[in-house]
Amino acid sequence: MSTAVTAEQVEARVLAALVTFGADADVVSRDATWEQLEVDSLDLVELAQVVEDEYNVEITSQDMQHLLTVGHVVDMVVERAA
Amino acid sequence: MSRAVAITGVGAVSPLGVGARTLHERWTAGRSGIEDGLGRASEFDPLSVLTAKEARRADRCTQLALAASDEALADAGWDGDRPYDPDRVGAIIGTGIGGITTLVTNQDVLRERGPTKVAPLGIPLMMANAPAGAVSMRHDLRGPSYGTVSACSAGAHAIGTAMRMIQSGEADAVVCGGAESALVDLSIASFAALEASSPIGISRPFDALRDGFVMGEGAGVLVLENAELAKQRGARVLGELIGYAATSDAHHLTAPHPDGEGAVRAILLALRDAGIAPEDVDYVNAHGTSTPLNDLAETNALKRALGQHAYEIPVSSTKSAIGHLLGAAGAVEAVATLLALRDRVAPPTINYEHPDEACDLDYVPNTARPLAVSGDAPVAISNSFGFGGHNAVLALRGVAA
Repeated sequence: MSTAVTAEQVEARVLAALVTFGADADVVSRDATWEQLEVDSLDLVELAQVVEDEYNVEITSQDMQHLLTVGHVVDMVVERAA
Repeated sequence: MSRAVAITGVGAVSPLGVGARTLHERWTAGRSGIEDGLGRASEFDPLSVLTAKEARRADRCTQLALAASDEALADAGWDGDRPYDPDRVGAIIGTGIGGITTLVTNQDVLRERGPTKVAPLGIPLMMANAPAGAVSMRHDLRGPSYGTVSACSAGAHAIGTAMRMIQSGEADAVVCGGAESALVDLSIASFAALEASSPIGISRPFDALRDGFVMGEGAGVLVLENAELAKQRGARVLGELIGYAATSDAHHLTAPHPDGEGAVRAILLALRDAGIAPEDVDYVNAHGTSTPLNDLAETNALKRALGQHAYEIPVSSTKSAIGHLLGAAGAVEAVATLLALRDRVAPPTINYEHPDEACDLDYVPNTARPLAVSGDAPVAISNSFGFGGHNAVLALRGVAA
C-alpha cells in the first residue's frame, strides 16, 4: 500500500464496523473495552475480516486475545500496515 | 403418561400479520396474506422486537421464532416472574429448511470473494437448530432444547415432542413450535421444478383447479405446561393438547401414499392417544396444501379414519389464507386451530370456487361459520404431512363453555 494508513482513518472504520455489529453508537470510542461494547469473539472474527479487507492486515484470533480495546486494534492495524 | 398438558400461551407471525389474534381474526374474516404468489410476513419488522445485534445474530427464520416466542410467553403471563425453575422448561422449535437465506448469501460470498470472506456467523445462523437455541437463550430456558426436522410436519412434531416431554415428567413446561423463512430463489426454483408449488400462485386447497402450494413464511409458538402445575399457579388456560401421533408412509420421497395409509394411522393413533372417538372431533384443521396429490390423499385419509363422521364436520385449510409455511405450518396452524376452538368458529378455506368430485368433504368454503360442538368442550385435530413421508397429527381441546 502506497498511501499511509492513519490512526484516525482506522479508528473511524473500526468504530463504524462495531456499530454495524450492534454496538451502541454513543458508547463506541477508542478507549472502550469489548466488555463495555458487549463485543464478543464472533464480533472480533468479523472485525478481523473487515480490517483485512480494508487494510490488508491480518489479525489472528491469537492476536485478538491481547487486544482488549478499540485502541489496541487500531494501533496494531496502523503498525502492521506501515 | 397420564399428565395432562395445558396450552397457556400462543404467538404467531404469518403472512396475515404479526400476532396470533391477528392471524385468527384475519383468517376468520376470509382475508388472504398472499401477494404475487408468495406468503411473505410483510408486516414483520425484526427491529420492533430485536436489537440490531440480536437481529444480526439471527437468520430471518430465527427472528420470526423469537418474535412469536415473545408473544407466547407474554400471553402465558411469563413476562414477569417466571413460574417455573428454568432447568425444568424446554424449548423445541422445528424448521423445514432452516437458515437458507444465510446459506445462499454466504454461498454468493464464497463464489465471488473466496473462502476467507465467508462470515463466521454463516453456520450458527443457518443451522436448523438455531431457532430452538435462540429461543432457549432469549428466555433462559435450561431444560432440553433442540429442533425437529421433518419438512412440512416439523412444527407439529415439535409440539408433539414437547407434549411427551411434559407427560414423561422430563419438563414442567415447554416452549414449542416452528419457524420458516425460505422465500429465496433457490427454494422457489426447486419447489417449482418439483411441480409442488402453484405455477399460477393461488392457494386453493381442495378446489378442482388447485395446482400446487404457495410458499409462505412465519413462525408459531405455544407454551405448554403440565396442566396440574398450570392450575396450581392460577394460569389462564387456552385449551389442552390431548393427543399426538406420528407415523411414516415409508413410500416415496415427496408423494404421499395415495390411500393416505400413514395419515390414517396417524389420525387414529392421535385419537387413541387422546382417548376419544372419531365422533368426538368437531373440527379438522387440514394439512390442505393445495397440491393435487395431498388434498386428495388427505380427503381419503379423513374418510378412512373418521368414517361417515368425516362428512359431518368442517374441514378447513389455514394454507388457503397464508400459503404453506413448511416447517412452521404445523405450529402456526395449531395456534390457529386453538383460537378457532376458543371462539367456537370454523374458519374458511378461501379461494374455494370449483368443487372437485373426489374431494367431497365440507371444506367451509370462503366464509367462516359458528362451530357446532358435540361435547362440553370443542375438539379438533390438526394434520401435518411432510416430504419424506412424515405424518404428525395433534388433537386439541378448547375450554368448556
